[in-house]
Amino acid sequence: MGSAAYNSGPAPNSGQIPQAVKILIAGGFAVGKTTLVNSVSEIEPLTTEENITVASVGTDNLTGVERKTTTTVALDFGRLSFPRENLVLYLFGTPGQDRYWFMWDELSKGSLGAVVMVDTRRLEDSFAAIEFFSHRGIRYLVAVNQFAGGFHYEPEEVRDALTIEPHVPIVLCDARDPRSATNVLVRLIEYVIASYTSQSTLASARI
Amino acid sequence: MSMTLSEDGPWVDDAAGLLVRPYSVTNGRTRPTEPLDLLSMVRATGRVPAHMEPEHHEALKLCEPPASVSEVAAKLRQPVVVAKVLLSDLIGWNAVSTRAPAVDIPDRSILEALLNGLRSI
Repeated sequence: MGSAAYNSGPAPNSGQIPQAVKILIAGGFAVGKTTLVNSVSEIEPLTTEENITVASVGTDNLTGVERKTTTTVALDFGRLSFPRENLVLYLFGTPGQDRYWFMWDELSKGSLGAVVMVDTRRLEDSFAAIEFFSHRGIRYLVAVNQFAGGFHYEPEEVRDALTIEPHVPIVLCDARDPRSATNVLVRLIEYVIASYTSQSTLASARI
Repeated sequence: MSMTLSEDGPWVDDAAGLLVRPYSVTNGRTRPTEPLDLLSMVRATGRVPAHMEPEHHEALKLCEPPASVSEVAAKLRQPVVVAKVLLSDLIGWNAVSTRAPAVDIPDRSILEALLNGLRSI
């Protein structure tokens, strides 16, 4: 990179910095999380590494030994910008392996909601994600990815099989199709708004 | 800083990216001085401090147009904490300004704006 990479062109500091929001895309391994992110993202999905230091429990100063383990978790994400709304939506795929659940906790903080992808050939793979979000009170919907060769299930059969609460929407989708993938996000946000409205717990942000 | 960097520039290999160990670009620092989140948005203010390290230049360039900390990290091909340290420096030098992600979830105005945006795709 040249040292004269900057010119004094238009100042990039006009207007407000957009506000970032996020939605999590969860589900078992290879259920189409990445495909869905790919379909809706305006950028080539990116991967970043978060290094997490997990200190051992009960570090004592008698031994003076502090045991720490550093784990690297790879996070995949895509982006969708809404300049008119001054918003940027980030879609984060949750790390697939169960041992990274602590990262899910970290990631789910401040998320608007989650999409749990389900593959009808391996319904049970997505059970952990459903349980995670329902226990933490995070609004989520279930998106059944229609794979060619997958068994056809009615949404209510999926609900029964995975004991999904009655109010949680179940949407059929084709993660490869941008329109279908976008529709999943629309349905999620509609559901989030409706669920908070009915509980009247929405922070009134009107000034 | 007395070191001249212009002679070498960053050590880059097309296949491997920056041939620098993650924490050498931050001089071993692993604690960002600013409270940055993965989703904090950062944007170049237009101010370019003199005597920046090549990695700062690289990071600064990634902040125009605005990007999230996670994007800057991904494009730098460095762990998030490294990006946070570099961006903290840039914020300290007023080269970058930042906006925290929405924390007051749920916020009706944000949800509705997002819904409008998604519906108009």
